[in-house]
Amino acid sequence: MSEMPAAARAVRRRATTEEVHEGPARATAYVCEAASCMSAQAHDITLRLGESAARAGLSDVMVKRVGCLGLCAAGPLVEIAETGRLFDHVRPDDVEGIVGALRKVKPTDTRASQGPFFEKQVRVATENMGRVDPESLDDYVAHGGYEALRTVLSEMTSAEVRDQITQSGLRGRGGAGFPTGLKWTTVAKAQGSQKYVICNADEGDPGAFMDRSVLESDPYRVLEGMTIAAFAVHATEGYVYCRAEYPLAVARLRNAIRMAQRAGWLGTGIADTSFSFDVQVRLGAGAFVCGEETALIASVEGRRGTPRPRPPYPAMQGLWDCPTLINNVETFANVPTILRKGAEWYAGIGLGKSKGTKVFALAGRIVNTGLVEVPMGMTLREVVYDIGGGIIDGRPFKAVQTGGPSGGCIPAEHLDMPLSYESLIEVGSFMGSGGLIVMDDTSCMVDVAKYFQDFCRDESCGKCVPCRVGTTQLWMILDQITRGRATLDDLAQLERLARMIQRMSLCGLGQGAPNPIFSTLRYFRDEYLAHIVDRVCPAGVCTIEPAEVMA
Amino acid sequence: MPVLYHKPPPPSDDKRWKIVETRMRRLGDRPPALIEALHAAQEAFGYLDTDALNYVGDTLGVPHSRVYGVATFYSFFTLKPSGEHTCVVCTGTACYINGAKDILAGLDRALHVKPKETTADGKISVLTARCLGACSLAPAVIVDGDVKGKVNVGDLVAQLEAM
Amino acid sequence: MTTVFTFRIDGKDVAGSEGQTVMEVAEENGIDIPGLCHLEGIHDRGACRLCMVEIAGSPKLAAACMTKIAEGMDVTAHSDVLLEYRRTVTEMMFVERNHVCAVCVANNHCELQDMAEGLGVTHFDLPRISPKVDIDASHRLFAIDHNRCILCLRCVRVCDEIEGAHTWDVMHRGLETRVQTDMGIPWGESTTCTSCGKCVQVCPTGALFEKGRAVARGSKTKRPFLPWMKVVAEERGL
Repeated sequence: MSEMPAAARAVRRRATTEEVHEGPARATAYVCEAASCMSAQAHDITLRLGESAARAGLSDVMVKRVGCLGLCAAGPLVEIAETGRLFDHVRPDDVEGIVGALRKVKPTDTRASQGPFFEKQVRVATENMGRVDPESLDDYVAHGGYEALRTVLSEMTSAEVRDQITQSGLRGRGGAGFPTGLKWTTVAKAQGSQKYVICNADEGDPGAFMDRSVLESDPYRVLEGMTIAAFAVHATEGYVYCRAEYPLAVARLRNAIRMAQRAGWLGTGIADTSFSFDVQVRLGAGAFVCGEETALIASVEGRRGTPRPRPPYPAMQGLWDCPTLINNVETFANVPTILRKGAEWYAGIGLGKSKGTKVFALAGRIVNTGLVEVPMGMTLREVVYDIGGGIIDGRPFKAVQTGGPSGGCIPAEHLDMPLSYESLIEVGSFMGSGGLIVMDDTSCMVDVAKYFQDFCRDESCGKCVPCRVGTTQLWMILDQITRGRATLDDLAQLERLARMIQRMSLCGLGQGAPNPIFSTLRYFRDEYLAHIVDRVCPAGVCTIEPAEVMA
Repeated sequence: MPVLYHKPPPPSDDKRWKIVETRMRRLGDRPPALIEALHAAQEAFGYLDTDALNYVGDTLGVPHSRVYGVATFYSFFTLKPSGEHTCVVCTGTACYINGAKDILAGLDRALHVKPKETTADGKISVLTARCLGACSLAPAVIVDGDVKGKVNVGDLVAQLEAM
Repeated sequence: MTTVFTFRIDGKDVAGSEGQTVMEVAEENGIDIPGLCHLEGIHDRGACRLCMVEIAGSPKLAAACMTKIAEGMDVTAHSDVLLEYRRTVTEMMFVERNHVCAVCVANNHCELQDMAEGLGVTHFDLPRISPKVDIDASHRLFAIDHNRCILCLRCVRVCDEIEGAHTWDVMHRGLETRVQTDMGIPWGESTTCTSCGKCVQVCPTGALFEKGRAVARGSKTKRPFLPWMKVVAEERGL
């Protein structure tokens, strides 16, 4: 909570990139200033680099603040744009060395390979990340920003825009993978003179930070995507519902809205056309359930964030009962590129019904913690081992958790599966928003299931009975198991109760809450049995209580 | 809808009420501004007391019971003043499997303080967060706004004790 | 002109007007779909999940109280699976707080008790939560015993939609959710309560009760709906 004003002030204080030159630069240093590197004093590095380059008399060198470079584990990161050389774990003493490298950059230099972490990625939603200054509209425009919107407004009808999105095969990147084109068409055709566009930036899955990185690194792209969507569905007002826990993202987004309004990319008569659209930010306040669209709407309306049964769907009756388009940050971030490069190009990437790319946040017991974007269909093994660099300390891989608290744990036997919406459901997990948490043999899977159940019971809104009471009961049984105090009857009851909660709960939180239990039971039932029958925790995580002395 | 009553005066002449009042006015002094107004009040005063809740409710025309319902629903809002220093422990998945549980246990052992509590001397409040998104720094904590990554329990306790 | 839809509930052909819910048409046709948060005359919220029904062609169950009827729809309101789920929901309501019928003012005229009896819930298997919760007897006429509250929120809705006082609302979330008055203050200190007693009338259990009544002597009788409330609601176009 207290971290918020500090980061927000930091944005206000720094109006522009630290430029020490006039005219085109011979050499450019990109300093990652996204949250992870920022918390490792990256901004200090930017300032020192600028000062040091000026002191060295390098008048043709630019030091530029950019968004996430992706390899968060190695921050703070500095990249020399011309050679692709990456400096990791940069400390204030390293600055002189970087300036030395900048001095040596020649006009003939080309970017060298940066290794599989970067080479195997395909960047669409994150194409500008680590390239543009997230606080500069000019820089965004210089990198092709607002080209798509300009074309849309001057040359296309709203139906043509919807067709492009439909043909691209883009699906919702927030979790369920609903076809985006279909959603847009539903909202466009819904009755009502007032329509809204909402960007869901309430990224709540623990271990997921894709949306935060996109907003921190390339906020204009999200606004451009929203504006195109608004044109396509005839909306005039939009909201970005963002977590208050992301102060830097909120500050950059607010800055981007101000700049876009000033430049005429938001507001009345955008780009000298008759189309008008404006965006406001609404802050979440720490409720995971608000990622559910009807709960999110309740929260934007200033009420308790409790969901309601659907139908009616928000596309027909959403914000203030008006037709409302809700898409997630990453979905909107894909839109400008799809329109610029064409639906066919986008549909050419991916696997089966899962088109395009997906941004994943790699975390847990993995070497290269960070943010990656890969084509759908890449295997889990490539993501974990080639891009992710494998497990820390070379320990054995045990499982990867996807889909957050509604997702599941995928064991080693499925490492060669391709990542797509369909294949993940097949193995009992879920795409979710894109968090991939890697676990090794130091994690107990019963304990992991208990962790997610604890999360769900804490975040249950309390409206419907199965979720309110049932998530706690599931947690109580799991707690007994981890203490070595459960019987096989308890295990049977756990499964019975989990099935009932999945079918009877009101919203996705409750319906998805049993998933971590189902998937750990499917692949790691032996660990449950070890706790219950043998009264041992194979991973040595749980504290088994001494057996009670029977009278 | 027309406003049928006069806007109430701020609870005191503390200048910070101006910030809250402005935020509400910009959003039309209407019920949908409730959460934004609570954010403004908490930013200004650090927590939400009954005065703030009454003032916001009366200005926006929201029944008191609903204001209280909203303020207690969202975990970001706090109705009690916090200690001099705050330590937010991230309990996201990455932090959890990298030892967040040990950090909380360590704080409880050394400082006798559990999440959402403040030490007896009013010095340190311990809070938890559902993922700060700083997964690369796991386990992470935030001490008075500074993010600390790859935290060692002993060092953290020593730092807090010295405050 | 209203459009009439014909459809089936449990194999029986029924008809209703556009805009009606499955629950309403079922009731008109003598088909009993259980429900505890539903009360005619106030808005439905689909929260207790007792009225969940199967609709042919949909993999998901739907709350009958909030599902609008449609032409040709095929509803299953009673099946073995639904019965099992309804029993579990009822059991959850009992073990969530501390219900002791033998000493309850609503004994023998309690909708939760009737529900358990009707569904054949004879014992509890689920883990008991047994929280420590309070009784607020600060009001001059009435009292609330949170041990018996099932969070149907009829009191909150009737207070807002019919009486217009909005004295009641909910606080906190999840298992910590409680109904509360004004700023979470004792009921007796509430400045908005009109002491109309509607909340007590609509409470399905012994949570809200009139003071001075002995065990099993509560004034409540089973009411499918409150006619005078329905009139007020219609006048307001709710």
